[in-house]
Amino acid sequence: MIDNASAITGTGVVSGLAYAPALWVNPEPELASKYEALLVEDVRDAEAERWKAAAEMVAARLFQRAATGSGAAADVLSATAALAGDRGLQRATLKMIAAGSTAEAATVAAVGAFIVKFEKLGGLMAERVADLGDIRNRVVSELLGLPEPGVPTPASPIILLADDLAPADTATLDPALIRGIATRLGGPTSHTAIIARQLGIPCIVAAANLADIVDGSVVLLDGFAGTVERGTVPAESESKVLADAERRLAIQSWRGPGRTKDGTAIEILANVQDGAGARIAAGYPAQGVGLFRTELCFLSAQSEPSVTEQASIYGEVLAAFPGQKVVFRTLDAGSDKPVPFVSHPDEENPALGVRGIRLGNVEPGIIERQLDALALAAEQQGIAGAKVMAPMVATLDEARNFATACRARKLSPGIMVEVPSVALLADAFMAEVDFFSIGTNDLTQYTMAADRMAPSLAALTDPWQPAVLALISLSAAAGIRSQKPVGVCGEAAADPLLACILIGLGVSSLSMAPAALAGVGIQLGEVTLSQCQEAAEAVLRTTTTEQARATAREMLSPTIHSNSKE
Amino acid sequence: MAKQTVTVGSSVGLHARPAAVIATAAGAYDEEILLSIDGEDPVEATSALMIMTLGADFGMSVDVESENADAVAEIAALIAKDLDS
Repeated sequence: MIDNASAITGTGVVSGLAYAPALWVNPEPELASKYEALLVEDVRDAEAERWKAAAEMVAARLFQRAATGSGAAADVLSATAALAGDRGLQRATLKMIAAGSTAEAATVAAVGAFIVKFEKLGGLMAERVADLGDIRNRVVSELLGLPEPGVPTPASPIILLADDLAPADTATLDPALIRGIATRLGGPTSHTAIIARQLGIPCIVAAANLADIVDGSVVLLDGFAGTVERGTVPAESESKVLADAERRLAIQSWRGPGRTKDGTAIEILANVQDGAGARIAAGYPAQGVGLFRTELCFLSAQSEPSVTEQASIYGEVLAAFPGQKVVFRTLDAGSDKPVPFVSHPDEENPALGVRGIRLGNVEPGIIERQLDALALAAEQQGIAGAKVMAPMVATLDEARNFATACRARKLSPGIMVEVPSVALLADAFMAEVDFFSIGTNDLTQYTMAADRMAPSLAALTDPWQPAVLALISLSAAAGIRSQKPVGVCGEAAADPLLACILIGLGVSSLSMAPAALAGVGIQLGEVTLSQCQEAAEAVLRTTTTEQARATAREMLSPTIHSNSKE
Repeated sequence: MAKQTVTVGSSVGLHARPAAVIATAAGAYDEEILLSIDGEDPVEATSALMIMTLGADFGMSVDVESENADAVAEIAALIAKDLDS
């Protein structure tokens, strides 16, 4: 990086690097603010013809682009083109022109009337408002003799910059030419983000200072970090982009199963929260489910779902991974994540309050009924020894009682390691149950006494904190001594560099969001178990998060491309 | 004047795609074809935008009127179908 390099920050929505000249979409035309009768009668017919020609030209261009596109993209364009030729719109516009309005003002007023109606109808109709605005802008630009607003067709690869993109803009984006997208507005679920994800174009949104970048300025866009940088060294930037492209290709084609370079099997599992999510996860290289959060069906219910209702929901997840590992977690709710039909006590400190397994104290039997439902679902699917774990366990009594309740139903009991007390007495806890799963997000929050939701405490709520790694090490060691499995579910498992350290500490399975699986799987395949163990030992001797990361990177590089944010 | 009352069969209601299909079919007739709900102001069936302003959801009743009985029959049948699948 050279001195004048400067980064503009937004929200990264599609990972990947791109390096190319920036090009803004053509701006929208200025719109007449009101409709006034201005034209003398003699010229009104000519004005009507002028409008018809412009509307026809806009429709024809969109239909032509639809013909060169395909699938959903072409459908979007055809639909927008049809709007330009809509008879109701034509009638309303021509009526205003006949009354003396200019074609431009009539277009704005007529489309505006439809926009008002659609917004009033709400729902699906309101979603058409962007299309109407798009048609209006295209017709007005045509009337004014301006270039068609929207995405230009570049002769060579570019990074597209825009305030936001309309559906018609994104319909014909060619990933070969549009290497990256950055928008000033929008969010992770905006239309731009969805299309960019589908096309696999690196993308950032909500980059407030994007307007500082001018057309033709060569920029490096990082869709993971959410940055656009100017003034980076060309050769360096190009080689980074090349390496990133190779890596993305490898991630797309990785199919598992998880194993280190020397062939040690590591279970790579998915975190899911319902049947639909499990079926999606089954399309990724997941070897099972390491964390099934069962609270979803409770959080939206007005009364407790019956055992049969619960069993059918749990059965869907089991059915998505037939013959594979599925680990259930009993209800993890509390006054911070309230269940509507449970009366949660008023708490000063919800994160340290009645949540997880403690909920059984205020709502007797709720956890037992979950276990009944799970046992029923497992029986229906012919599964013996289904795995289930309890969250927020802090005492040996809690672990013992939970294990007894599970075993009475022929379920295999485990506990989450989130409260430091469990890690500190890991051997005693492990003696009560069949397995551990370390929830790194909460373990970090409780170890560092730092609210994981507080942005100003981000440096403390970092799983690379030496004390957190030490507690993970204690838990994993108890698993090795007792020959019982210890897994990790939580953000830490999705960080490829940290995943290697966790394996080195003795963790045997990693559970994460499906999208992160391949990245982690590929990294594990590039290091040996003994390399991981050596790096883990070295990391345990560090005293800061920076040192921990640097040590891990140094000992496991150059094969590691960590996704972890510094 | 021919008239029929039908129930909307498209699961999304008379939204973009169903409205476009109906407008295209209505455009093939010379006679005016009008759609209305609950006796409110009718809209022309040849305009997808106007059809959408009805806000006709799945299961709602729509009145179809025209001088041409064939047109009424065809448009009524389209409204009753699920055009979004």
